[in-house]
Amino acid sequence: MAGMALNSDTPQTKTTSSLINDPRVRGIFYQILTVVLLVLFVWTVAQNTIHNLQRANIASGFDFLKGRAGFDIGQSMIAYSSDSTYGRALVVGILNTLQVAIIGIITASIIGFIVGIARLSNNWLIAKLAQIYVEVFRNIPPLLVIFFWYKGVLTILPQARDSLVLPLGSFLNNRGLFVPKPIWGDGTWMMLVALLVGIVATVIIARWAKQRQMRTGQPFHTVWTGLALIIGLPAVTFIALGSPITFDFPIAGRFNLSGGSVLGPEFMSLYLALSFYTAAFIAEIVRAGIRSVAKGQTEAANALGLRSTEITRLIVLPQALRIIIPPLTSQYLNLTKNSSLAVAVGFADVVAIGGTMLNQTGQAVEIVALWLVIYLTISVSTAVLMNWFNSRMALVER
Amino acid sequence: MANGTSAYIRRDMVAPQPAPPGATGVSHWLKTKLFATPKDIVLTILAIALLVYIVPGMVDWLFIDAVWTGDNRAACATIQQGGVLPDGQSGACWAFIGAKFQQFIFGRYPLDERWRPMLVMVLFVILLIPMLLPKAPFKGWNALALFIILPVISFFLLIGGVFGLEHVETPLWGGLMVTLILSFFGITVSLPFGIILALGRRSELPVIKTLCVAFIEVIRGIPLITVLFMASVMLPLFLPDGWTFDKLLRALIGVSIFSSAYMAEVIRGGLQVIPKGQFEGADSLGLSYWQKMRLIILPQAIKLVIPGIVNTFIGLFKDTSLVSIIGMFDLLGIVTLNQSDANWSTPVTPVTGYIFAGFIFWMFCFGMSRYSAFMERHLDTGYKR
Repeated sequence: MAGMALNSDTPQTKTTSSLINDPRVRGIFYQILTVVLLVLFVWTVAQNTIHNLQRANIASGFDFLKGRAGFDIGQSMIAYSSDSTYGRALVVGILNTLQVAIIGIITASIIGFIVGIARLSNNWLIAKLAQIYVEVFRNIPPLLVIFFWYKGVLTILPQARDSLVLPLGSFLNNRGLFVPKPIWGDGTWMMLVALLVGIVATVIIARWAKQRQMRTGQPFHTVWTGLALIIGLPAVTFIALGSPITFDFPIAGRFNLSGGSVLGPEFMSLYLALSFYTAAFIAEIVRAGIRSVAKGQTEAANALGLRSTEITRLIVLPQALRIIIPPLTSQYLNLTKNSSLAVAVGFADVVAIGGTMLNQTGQAVEIVALWLVIYLTISVSTAVLMNWFNSRMALVER
Repeated sequence: MANGTSAYIRRDMVAPQPAPPGATGVSHWLKTKLFATPKDIVLTILAIALLVYIVPGMVDWLFIDAVWTGDNRAACATIQQGGVLPDGQSGACWAFIGAKFQQFIFGRYPLDERWRPMLVMVLFVILLIPMLLPKAPFKGWNALALFIILPVISFFLLIGGVFGLEHVETPLWGGLMVTLILSFFGITVSLPFGIILALGRRSELPVIKTLCVAFIEVIRGIPLITVLFMASVMLPLFLPDGWTFDKLLRALIGVSIFSSAYMAEVIRGGLQVIPKGQFEGADSLGLSYWQKMRLIILPQAIKLVIPGIVNTFIGLFKDTSLVSIIGMFDLLGIVTLNQSDANWSTPVTPVTGYIFAGFIFWMFCFGMSRYSAFMERHLDTGYKR
């Protein structure tokens, strides 16, 4: 506790010093002074704000959320039209932010781990390529990468009628990526139940396997059994029910594609840019984490006769993850916050929709407050989740 | 040794033998670095295939098929697009960069007055170089000139209106100039504010501590763009009637608030690893709180976190590009703006512009990170924890 070393800790001489020199009194005085100044400042600002709002004839309060939005949103996960309320528009924005953040985090983690491990490769060419990737993407603003994808690449893709045909019935053109849309038929819920049963069974088996290994030393193929259960059970249900899920494939029309669901160029550019940008940082974190595991650990594992995949899975990774997780959390949060750059290309995230609302209603204070609450909620909940994961992974000292 | 008495002692060393064949040279390097295991052979072949697939096309596009000279879009467009290039040829349009270069650097700053930002730039470089060289003398005076005197002089030089200089409004400023002003100002402000916030966060006075923690955590929890929106739409509301804030000033305030919070966390990291004995030693010497911090604690703490500080600077430099969203024309903003110039709009113009802007950003950021690595080695006193 180096923080104890403040003035208040110095021994007090009670003989000559006056009140002015008493560190405790001075501390209280400074704090009162700070509070008074802060209150004065906030009061002045509030007065000015109220006055300015009245002068500009802007209402206050959150009643505007019930009003008609009147603007359209390109990509929405829930039903929305321009007749919906501002509140609903905001929910659409939050969902879009979460969507791009979650998909981006998954993609960035995959690319980041691959590049991070590649940087440590013995293969000179692979290591150099990974290094070039990291040095390029780390030193360029993410906004520029978004623009590069949006204006540089995606808008000069072919027109709808000359769409690039991709596997699995997908099409790519300058209006976005067209993918088949699943249609949930009757009995889909049975598959969900099967999936849940699979997950629960896997957890139970994993516990039993661990206890058995602790008792007898017999290992059990938990991963394969779990995968078989989680994928197999829904698959069996799917076949037993006679494939309840059908796909609505996009069909090339004369001028445009019909059917399927579309991921617009705004979403694509934001998603690609955030993933590639954040992956460079994740790669560095992964590299530092793996390098921090002492070489003796690998050598000792080799001496024990573990195979190289087992060494990675049982020895290196658990120790590296301890170093990796805290900075990884902050990268995930950075990606989530950077998703607000959506406003630059017009993807309807929470900041873009808030900005439109701000222009229409002028209620700056309320909308900024909403932004603060939304982002702080996301930040705090991600931090809580990752801290829980981190405490599971942390070194247990005996 | 007297000669002759010890004939059995070898006088000439045996010449070193060459390494066995196959343990040196190109073939050895290839064998160990590229084709060590079957997995490596596959990976190397895949990587080479990838390079063969990408690099020639890139070189073609960037240099061979690129257009280097021209006065308007015709030079960079194919015949089909209304230009002079044969159909199907596609290459970077460097002529666009050449034609707009001055604008990318100075924005719409009046042509006749561009010597002013150039003078500021020269002064900046002259003051910065000795600041960066560890051996250059008079660091204190140099810092004073760079961080206090230069900003004041530059302010009057750039905005004018005094000493017979023509007044140039800030909306006319733009390009790399604005990017550099924003980041230099942000860096200069965020370091002292970050130190104060970090000290406040570790203070024993509960009120101060709570305020600092709340400020740091709130700002770090939200994206920069909301801070910039806040600065641009809420600051005017906070001011009394008749007061207005310049747009550039609002962006400066937003960027400084944001980077101060991040800087505070970096510096707190440094403060946390200073052993308690240093604080107690300073106390027992009878130093006051500020003397203790200034003379004992901060020099050690800041030295430890130099990489973190430079990373914050790099982040700040990249983040200044966000001001283009609130309608200012920094380097990225002016490049984007110029792409809609009908005189130059071709399918390759945006990509060319972004590659140029990206290269400039990359050069600055890469330079900063190399310098930080150099400083880390230079300041390493040998007792790393």
